[in-house]
Amino acid sequence: MRISRWLADRWVMIVALLVLGYLALPILVVAGLSFNRPSSRLSYDFNEFTLDNWRQPCATSDMCDAVVRSVQIGFIATVVATVLGTLMAFALVRHRFRGRSGINVLIFLPMATPELVMGTSLLALFVSAGVPQGFWTIVIAHVMFCVSFVVVTVKARLAGMDRRLEEAAMDLYANEWQTFRRITLPLVLPGIVAAALLAFSLSFDDFIITNFNAGTTVTFPMYVWGAAQRGIPPQVNVIGTAMFAIALLLVGLSSLRGRRARRAALLAGPVPQARRSS
Amino acid sequence: MTLLAPTGSGHPPPAPPAARSGRRRLLPYLLLLPGAAWLLIFFGVPLLQLAAASLYDPSGSLSTGYAMTWAFGNYPDVVQAYWPQLLRSFGYAGLALVLALLLGYPLAYAIAQKAGRWKNLLLVCVVAPMFTSFLVRTLAWKTILSDNGALVGLLRDVHLLAPDGRLLATPFAVVLGLTYNFLPFLVLPLYASLERLDPRLLEAATDLYASPAQAFRRVTLPLSMPGLVAGTLLFFIPASGDYINAELLGTPNEYMIGNVIDSAFLVRLDYPQGAALSFLLMAAILAVVFGYLRRAGTEEVL
Repeated sequence: MRISRWLADRWVMIVALLVLGYLALPILVVAGLSFNRPSSRLSYDFNEFTLDNWRQPCATSDMCDAVVRSVQIGFIATVVATVLGTLMAFALVRHRFRGRSGINVLIFLPMATPELVMGTSLLALFVSAGVPQGFWTIVIAHVMFCVSFVVVTVKARLAGMDRRLEEAAMDLYANEWQTFRRITLPLVLPGIVAAALLAFSLSFDDFIITNFNAGTTVTFPMYVWGAAQRGIPPQVNVIGTAMFAIALLLVGLSSLRGRRARRAALLAGPVPQARRSS
Repeated sequence: MTLLAPTGSGHPPPAPPAARSGRRRLLPYLLLLPGAAWLLIFFGVPLLQLAAASLYDPSGSLSTGYAMTWAFGNYPDVVQAYWPQLLRSFGYAGLALVLALLLGYPLAYAIAQKAGRWKNLLLVCVVAPMFTSFLVRTLAWKTILSDNGALVGLLRDVHLLAPDGRLLATPFAVVLGLTYNFLPFLVLPLYASLERLDPRLLEAATDLYASPAQAFRRVTLPLSMPGLVAGTLLFFIPASGDYINAELLGTPNEYMIGNVIDSAFLVRLDYPQGAALSFLLMAAILAVVFGYLRRAGTEEVL
């Protein structure tokens, strides 16, 4: 009786933890396989423990070339998309103008369109215009699908900002440029950084759109796709695990910073007991 | 704000009001121009080009060039040739969606209402799969579902699977992969809705003699509807267009429409056919989405 009562109170949490286990399982497998010496090129089973893959992550040099290329593409696409998207976000939040709903639709549509359709349509454009496909067509495609996500992210931050801080700066004899550089930009920066990180991760991991617009250029996801047919080198799992670790580190750092900022605000604030009650 | 600008020494004098307001009116368009132009040229124009390519003369080829013949016959042709893959795409995506709702709703609810101070940590766990590469984590399922793996061994031992039964290279593996890969897209908006749910409403329902099931159906579910609708769409759109799971975890018997489009463009180089299939996929998804939104009755989501 007591057990069934206990279960009735907690079954939602138990199911939730099981589902989280389902989500975590492949990550654990990837981490495990990064220490595997496979029995054959086409085997996906765990065979023997080894540290070789971590010692020589670039034993298959095409894979590391592909990783480097993905980082380059991700970096350029992120910079361009972040600049374009941030400008658009400022226009949308700070200005009234005609054609706003049209712009909103233009920003929303790429997020709702299947990647397959965006990839094939861009391919159709490049082929009919006679543009040779390669590194730069991938960059163009990545900027295209990242811009919308940047706009949404920066817009959210900008919309939640207290306009009175800028007015105060102007009252204190700052001109528009000074106000922007000393007040607006630092306040929006976390949103811009978050948008840039999002754009980079979208670009780095994109397969479908890249696949249609890469020509013979090979990015990391395209390398994995090709290798899946020929046999996956175990170093792929090293890259997968390293990506996961870096992302986790970034999230950990940002939450630590957030917590410290909140604590500082708490110490400076007049009602420190307010938090305890919440 | 220009009224507040100072005129004291060390500061440039404010521009004449007329020129100032003219520039102000132009400014939003200048800010929007680069991004909007990029989206128009590399998202809008290509869609038109794809529509045109779907009407090219199907007897042309990439080397000889295609003639625009308004060949609307391409559409019935591709449906006739590939209706099983089209149906399968929506069938698998639909099945995966049902599975994802069964798994994702309790998860979102638990994080939003029951997790307390563990909330942020659990949320990180939900998005954690996205920290690593889509393809690499999908390949991990090949190891988990492998014929020599522990899972297949266990299922064979308890006779849930025939002695020569497999998990990999079956429709089950593909649906499982789709569910896994797109589950976070369903959980996050659902969580956002459920987080705003006031627990006192549920207490009120219980006080008024509602059973837990009734309280869920009459209070929790309707209030989570916006998140449910958004999450369902964010799950269904990429899942029905996906072909990575079918390729890596299935066989040609499990191919979805994406596999056919991929080979039409990149292997067979049959552009009119590939373009017609792409357009058909988009039209079908839009039809499903709008039909669903009308039934769900929450059009403000878009």
